[in-house]
Amino acid sequence: MIQLFLRDVGLSVRSGGGFGLALIFFLIVVTLIPFALGPDQSALAVIAPGVLWLGALLACLLSLDRIFGLDFEDGTLDLLATSPLPLEAVYVAKASAHWLTTGLPLSLAAPVLGVLLNLDYETGKILCLSLLLGTPALSLIGAFGASLTLGVKRGGLLLSLLVLPLYVPSLIFGSQAVRLVGQGLEFDVALILLSAISLGAAAILPFASGAALRINLR
Amino acid sequence: MNSKPIAPTLWDRFWRLANPKTFMGWSSRVLPWIAAAAAASLCSGLIWGYFFTPDDMRQGSTVKIIYLHVPAALMAINGYLLMFVGALVWLIRRQHVSVLAAKAAAPVGMVMTLIALATGAIWGQPMWGTYWVWDPRLTSFLILFLFYVGYIALWSAIEDEDTAADLTSVLAIVGAVFAMLSRYAVLFWNQGLHQGTTVTMADGAKQENISDVFFQPLLLSMAGFSLLFLTLLLIGTRTEVRSRRLKVLQERERIE
Amino acid sequence: MMPDLGKYVLEVNSSYVLSFMALGVITGLYVKRNRAVKRALAELEAAQDA
Repeated sequence: MIQLFLRDVGLSVRSGGGFGLALIFFLIVVTLIPFALGPDQSALAVIAPGVLWLGALLACLLSLDRIFGLDFEDGTLDLLATSPLPLEAVYVAKASAHWLTTGLPLSLAAPVLGVLLNLDYETGKILCLSLLLGTPALSLIGAFGASLTLGVKRGGLLLSLLVLPLYVPSLIFGSQAVRLVGQGLEFDVALILLSAISLGAAAILPFASGAALRINLR
Repeated sequence: MNSKPIAPTLWDRFWRLANPKTFMGWSSRVLPWIAAAAAASLCSGLIWGYFFTPDDMRQGSTVKIIYLHVPAALMAINGYLLMFVGALVWLIRRQHVSVLAAKAAAPVGMVMTLIALATGAIWGQPMWGTYWVWDPRLTSFLILFLFYVGYIALWSAIEDEDTAADLTSVLAIVGAVFAMLSRYAVLFWNQGLHQGTTVTMADGAKQENISDVFFQPLLLSMAGFSLLFLTLLLIGTRTEVRSRRLKVLQERERIE
Repeated sequence: MMPDLGKYVLEVNSSYVLSFMALGVITGLYVKRNRAVKRALAELEAAQDA
């Protein structure tokens, strides 16, 4: 399982693996925001938390279909299914590799990009924390969606359609936490609920996803 | 060890209703009755509501929209619940009829969600001064709509029927969990303009904030919407059973 | 016969009309598809029996 995890991380870091792509996409989204909304500094600071969360979420979507797609096409997944490793563990390994190569760098980059949107230092810290707590759920849900749409040809659009509604709770709690900080209010509850979603996803989705993979490999 | 009953229990008989052949038999017998009851209660409920109810003191005649809005919202939620149960039964007991019923329920539920949203928007304009507010209830319904769309899209994207049935069922179950989550997340996010549920329980309605003049026709049209849903569900499930059989026969012909 | 809807004529009537249209469309589609599949199945079964 650890080897599979390392292999996936290695594959995505190598060129063309999509490791840098998500980050660059995130940067471009953040660059485009002031063009769309005007360069007013105070207005940007108000919307910055939401925009950064949304940008990170969309950047997460980009590499989802690679999680299982390539392995499914070249038959690696069939081999993994016959190996003693249960498919649930395969899912966990791949979802955590996805998180390490997209979720983690995105969380770390978010406060830096926040500077562009006039986000102050304190809020930036909480933004980083909320993304760190929230992005595992994004990767887990995304990998679940990817396992559902495995057999669908050109399933990329369908994948986003299925996954985005599932992202709603994480997005709400995550951006709410950052907004509350900006207003100088208590934000612990939002962060706790956000982590609860990540933990809950980690507890339930492996079984759902393992079942979906088994159905697709039948 | 040896206490297995020889006669079929009530439980066994219940599940036998879901055998495709038995299902086609009994559903064709009850369908005309249910359809007639649906038409009767829907028409009488809505005519009563539209023509013979007084205006509300504050809301004027817009209160008449309630006879569409509340039943549609009710069936939108129950439709998803039904899909969830159908999916669960399919995954546990492998009853084809149950998953086909879930498939047939999805478009109807989606239309109900749309009706609830549209009538809500039309009602919101004169009452709140805007068609749309990002209020918890409205937002949850929009999310519910997205879940319906995703479920239907996944059904149509996968060619193999049994695989599609399995995968959509997994999605329906995970989706139900996340729909509940979103419901509470949205409440947390914004306390809204929408009044609390008007019709909680039939017995609660007596002391609720809705008087009998409005409540009786509303109950009738709620029954009408439910029966209409049931009618469409039976028709749709029958269609799916037949279409499944059609595919099997075509497949067999190709092999021969 | 028509009830007096006051100033909300448009709102009330349009929501009734829209809802009926939506219900009508979905019912029509279900019935139409049911007939089509029924006919196709009957034809195929007749062809196979022959």
